[in-house]
Amino acid sequence: MDFLFNWLANIPPFAVPYALAALGLMICEKSGVLNLGAEGFLLVGALAGVGAILSAGASPAAALGIAMLATAALSLLFAVMVIALRVNQVISGLAIVFLAQGLTSLLGRTQGWTSRSFSGMPRIEIPWLSDLPWVGRILFSQDPVFYLTLVLIVFAAWALRNTHVGMRLRSVGENPEAADAAGIPVALYRFGAVVLGAALMGLAGGYLTVVISNIWVDNITGGRGWIVIALVIFARWQPLAALAGAVLFGGIEAVIPRLAATGFWVPQHFLLMLPYLLTLGVMVWSSLARRGRGGGPAALGDPFLREERR
Amino acid sequence: MSQAARSRAPAEAGAPALRMKGITKTFGDFVALDEVDFDLRNGEIHALLGENGAGKSTLMNVVAGLYAPDHGDIEVQGTPVRISGPQDARLLGIGMVHQHYKLVGGFTALENIMLFNPRGSFRQSRTAVRTAAADAADKLGFRVDLDARMDRLSVPEQQRVEIMKILIAGASIIILDEPTAVLTDAEAQKFFAAMRGLAEIGNSVVLVTHRLSEALSYADRITVMRGGRRIRTAHPEEVDADTLTELIVGTRIVEKPAPSEHVGAPVLTVSGLELTDAGGVVRLRGVTLDLHAGEIYCLAGIGGNGQTELVEALTGLVPPDAGRIDLAGHGKVTGLPPDRLRRLGLACIPSDRQGQALAGDLTVAENFAIGGVLAGRFGGALAVRRKPMAEAAAAAVRDFEVMGVRSARQKAGLLSGGNAQKLVIAREFSGAPSVIVAHSPSRGLDVRAAAAVHGHLRAARDRKAAVLLISEDLDEVLLLADRIGVMRSGRIVAEFPGGTDRRTIGRAMVGHD
Repeated sequence: MDFLFNWLANIPPFAVPYALAALGLMICEKSGVLNLGAEGFLLVGALAGVGAILSAGASPAAALGIAMLATAALSLLFAVMVIALRVNQVISGLAIVFLAQGLTSLLGRTQGWTSRSFSGMPRIEIPWLSDLPWVGRILFSQDPVFYLTLVLIVFAAWALRNTHVGMRLRSVGENPEAADAAGIPVALYRFGAVVLGAALMGLAGGYLTVVISNIWVDNITGGRGWIVIALVIFARWQPLAALAGAVLFGGIEAVIPRLAATGFWVPQHFLLMLPYLLTLGVMVWSSLARRGRGGGPAALGDPFLREERR
Repeated sequence: MSQAARSRAPAEAGAPALRMKGITKTFGDFVALDEVDFDLRNGEIHALLGENGAGKSTLMNVVAGLYAPDHGDIEVQGTPVRISGPQDARLLGIGMVHQHYKLVGGFTALENIMLFNPRGSFRQSRTAVRTAAADAADKLGFRVDLDARMDRLSVPEQQRVEIMKILIAGASIIILDEPTAVLTDAEAQKFFAAMRGLAEIGNSVVLVTHRLSEALSYADRITVMRGGRRIRTAHPEEVDADTLTELIVGTRIVEKPAPSEHVGAPVLTVSGLELTDAGGVVRLRGVTLDLHAGEIYCLAGIGGNGQTELVEALTGLVPPDAGRIDLAGHGKVTGLPPDRLRRLGLACIPSDRQGQALAGDLTVAENFAIGGVLAGRFGGALAVRRKPMAEAAAAAVRDFEVMGVRSARQKAGLLSGGNAQKLVIAREFSGAPSVIVAHSPSRGLDVRAAAAVHGHLRAARDRKAAVLLISEDLDEVLLLADRIGVMRSGRIVAEFPGGTDRRTIGRAMVGHD
């Protein structure tokens, strides 16, 4: 019982980065821009948060803001490449990952940020609610970003369906020609979606260091960016489904240290492999379940240029 | 009516709604429009006729703000204007229904109309557009389920949504690009009645088409374009179909029926073919037919009644659930894969030429030679001999008059519709097949290209091939058929000899026998 309870109470901090990054990636891809650079954006966010605290003495909240700004800045490069110059989106995304891996590990070392711990963000005990048995500790005694994430996901799910901006964003990703004919500035929407999406991925990355690990080491994101790409496909580009997926992956990650602590012997590396194994399983399951129909934005990965003569 | 439409002066019947002067548009070296003049009056339906590539759609895309002209003047309701984007066109009361609908497939009809017509907040917009759409549908005599997803609606329904969309946006100049290419005769008639209704209340309609009969029966004036120039504007009573054809192509092309002189023994026998698709929809319900050597058997019918599935079953793409297919001399061939069927002498011209018949990024030579490569004619498994391949392709390009090929190394995707189709035919006919399955081979082609395709089909028949022609175009069926079958709901519901009158066939197509 204790095991279960401890496990559940620890899922939220593991699920938050997945949820935030999936939301960011989804917003980007809803506009029709395929973004394989998620791992890179997470890394940049993670390092920027650490840098802000260690070198500028920023508060954890400010550090998260700086993580978002830094990632948004990097995403401008990506946006210019894929939207204005119409460079292949797959290649551009991969380039971003390699650029970010090199850049963050270089900066971490030259600035002396690597392997220095710092104090992170305190939890918020919501008065009264946090005293509730069980749910109090699981849901109402978490860090502020957790609550923000829930609000953002629910808001995004609502806004995509029930606002002009949300509908236009979806139209740009489904059929940019139709959106253009309806007078919607396709490139502007895609630019906005890339930058906003990257900022959310930056927040997810910042969360990993500023809130969870309180330390920077090379490649601290450990492939979460790649898992998020699979997660978005699994969630069929629906924010609420992505939240469920994030809880699933967060749950697996949260169980690893707990299992080890019980003394129940499972090879360490097998446990560490679990999230990736689950990714594969989820992909196979979701493609079988929908018999080949993806449910993704129809124009995902297609560059748009108006005066094209075919 | 939108605010933009309300603020304009009331349109005066007969006064020019749109006037274009000296419009020129080039794409690189290619002159698409060369000093074109065009005028449209309030309350008229104006047909714009011409071959593929004559510049009709380009001219109208200039009006709709999708292309910026190199130079030229445009006036709308007597005022000089500059149309620098679709937004400008909309504010001027110009609405265009494109040949490929500008609709978002995953959205509902209502969402598509809202996307085009924001009215205040999202919620206000939803209510206002729903009311406006109901009004528009009433006025046009349309019935459309606004909450149905676009990709679940039939093509005529999608077209209705497009028209409602631009009317709600306040369009009074309505441009229709090949609106009837996807409609049956009966649907087209209803469609034109609705358009006439719009014209009678002061709107003006441009009908871009290459169907002469449509222009002659439904338009108030006809403008003919050829090679990016305006050739002539006339009233329909001043011209007839032959004159128009001559104006359109520059020479006379009149196709006459030429029935087969010798029909031989059955070559392909199909019996009791049944097929249920992946979504569980029954597509074929016992299709039975005989195809004889030296005949063109035309399968008429409204699209979506099982034609595509029949072609897929016959060519081995999808094995049927029940029934059998026999090929003379080879016995039962049911369920054989496409490459085996090809080797037994079956050729196919699919309806989606750029999607299924050609690989657009490969060269003309490669597209032509792919069949020969598989048969080992251009080298073995390890090396492809490029030279004989290029020579064979060049010869075929000459024989089948594929225009617009500067070199055999050019990408096939750059060919126009008619020339792409000729390339497909050149390849499919190169093995002298005994059975040819052609699915809407002249869809979207102009008079000249269609005549060439028909000529090739007749030539194949005259050298004793059996031709199965699946077509939604009754004119084509009547022109070519030695025998006519009508397909409806996955069955062949009637068979007629060639030369049967079109009303009888039309009745069988819609099920009022």
